[in-house]
Amino acid sequence: MSLAAGPPGFLSPAGVEIAFLLVGIATLAAALVTVTTKQLVHAALWLVVTLGGLAIEYLLLTAEFIAWVQVLIYVGSVVVLLLFGLMLTKAPIGRSPDADSGNRWAALTVAIAAAATLVWVVVDAFRSTWIDLSGAVQGSTKVTGASLFRNWVLPFEALSVLLLAALVGAIVLARPPVTRHRPSKDALRATPPRHGARS
Amino acid sequence: MNDVLDVILRLVAVLVVFLVLPLVIGQTEHKVMAHMQGRLGPMYAGGFHGWAQLVADGVKFAQKEDVVPAGADRRIFQLAPVVALLPYLLVLIAIPVGPHGLVGTVIDAGLFFVLAVMGVGVLGSLMAGWASANKFSLLGGLRTAAQLMAYELPMLLTASSVAMAAGTISLPGILNAFHWWWIPWQIIGGLVFFTAGLAELQRPPFDMPVADSEIIFGAYTEYTGLRFALFLLAEYAGIVVLCSLTTVLFLGGWHGPMADSLGWLWTLLKTAALAFTVIWLRVSYPRLREDQLQKLAWTVLIPLSFAQIGLTGIVKVVMS
Repeated sequence: MSLAAGPPGFLSPAGVEIAFLLVGIATLAAALVTVTTKQLVHAALWLVVTLGGLAIEYLLLTAEFIAWVQVLIYVGSVVVLLLFGLMLTKAPIGRSPDADSGNRWAALTVAIAAAATLVWVVVDAFRSTWIDLSGAVQGSTKVTGASLFRNWVLPFEALSVLLLAALVGAIVLARPPVTRHRPSKDALRATPPRHGARS
Repeated sequence: MNDVLDVILRLVAVLVVFLVLPLVIGQTEHKVMAHMQGRLGPMYAGGFHGWAQLVADGVKFAQKEDVVPAGADRRIFQLAPVVALLPYLLVLIAIPVGPHGLVGTVIDAGLFFVLAVMGVGVLGSLMAGWASANKFSLLGGLRTAAQLMAYELPMLLTASSVAMAAGTISLPGILNAFHWWWIPWQIIGGLVFFTAGLAELQRPPFDMPVADSEIIFGAYTEYTGLRFALFLLAEYAGIVVLCSLTTVLFLGGWHGPMADSLGWLWTLLKTAALAFTVIWLRVSYPRLREDQLQKLAWTVLIPLSFAQIGLTGIVKVVMS
């Protein structure tokens, strides 16, 4: 986004822009390794590198608050949750031969389509916007908070409702199925006999 | 040039604090625990009351063979101690010691920075637990993760209560806004924060992840030599960070008589008193069981921190 055509121009990139590009390349590489590695836990750890790289990109765009929230929520909680889940279920040391999915081409198509949409939207929205590094910080907590709760309250609240719905949905899915009436003889007979003692 | 020198000086000071204070706390733990149990503790190393015991321990650790189990995931196994230790070094940079900019560096979102980076340290324990190829290590890693998820929330909630009271999330900013009556006002939050922090550091009575009678030493079972020492150092650095953070958020940091000249001393004294409490709790309380641990977090600490946020909000609205 900082490379879009604008007054400062492409051909004489500042140090920050070069750093931004390099970190971006490293982040992209880590993201690719995340989805291609055959070792499940390594994938989760590469995800940490990817998310950390994103946080550095936010820092370079002077969005300090967003960067630390990114680390707090994603690296500190989501990845820990992910690792917890992996360790609870199946996380062999070494390669998992069944880590490949038959859906890989469909997944790739969806991913590329989503990425193209996002890049297009972002490039279109910020075409010639430049961050003035010498001026006041534009991504400080105060500025972020003010713009979030003055201009973007509705999307913020809509997102909260969405997340709440996802949470409730997850709980509903994870609960054991609730039978309408108390477990009757029908329900008991429906389960196949374990040891085959009597038919 | 002067700016560069200033930055380097601050970083060196933080590094020195990082290397010295955890050792001081470790030695204090040896001595305090010993005296509470009617023993003397280390008495020989260094001559005067065994002051050099931890230095000697360090030399011993450095001489030991660095063993990596055959079935382990080598690189992650070796990387884990660094991941566990480095975040605490980073956190120390942001903690204000005294008034007039006596802080490693002022970070605008300092509170978030500190909590975020502290959470990363747990990844080290998880990596160690998984990569050791040992079932006790794996159990330890699992318990670490479960504990972190339960106790991160009350920590965040109570910290945000202080941020609400101060109207800023910069750590020096919070201290500038501090008044003495904040201590009774935020006392519930302070207790919850300190308890949750103890659990996050896996200190007794929340040391289920390293319960030696059940799972040997949890995630660190397979570690030897310097890497093991790094994990131990991370635990003591964690105590320094937790105590100084509680001091800054809930006990007024450098505020006290003659704060202008003696501010740093007040911070150190309050931190030391809290560190003593940490050691005291270790000697006094038995270890909590895993289910008791989760129950304490979800049914006691989280409701209490919500109550604290409510109280903070009400007082804030009434005052303005």
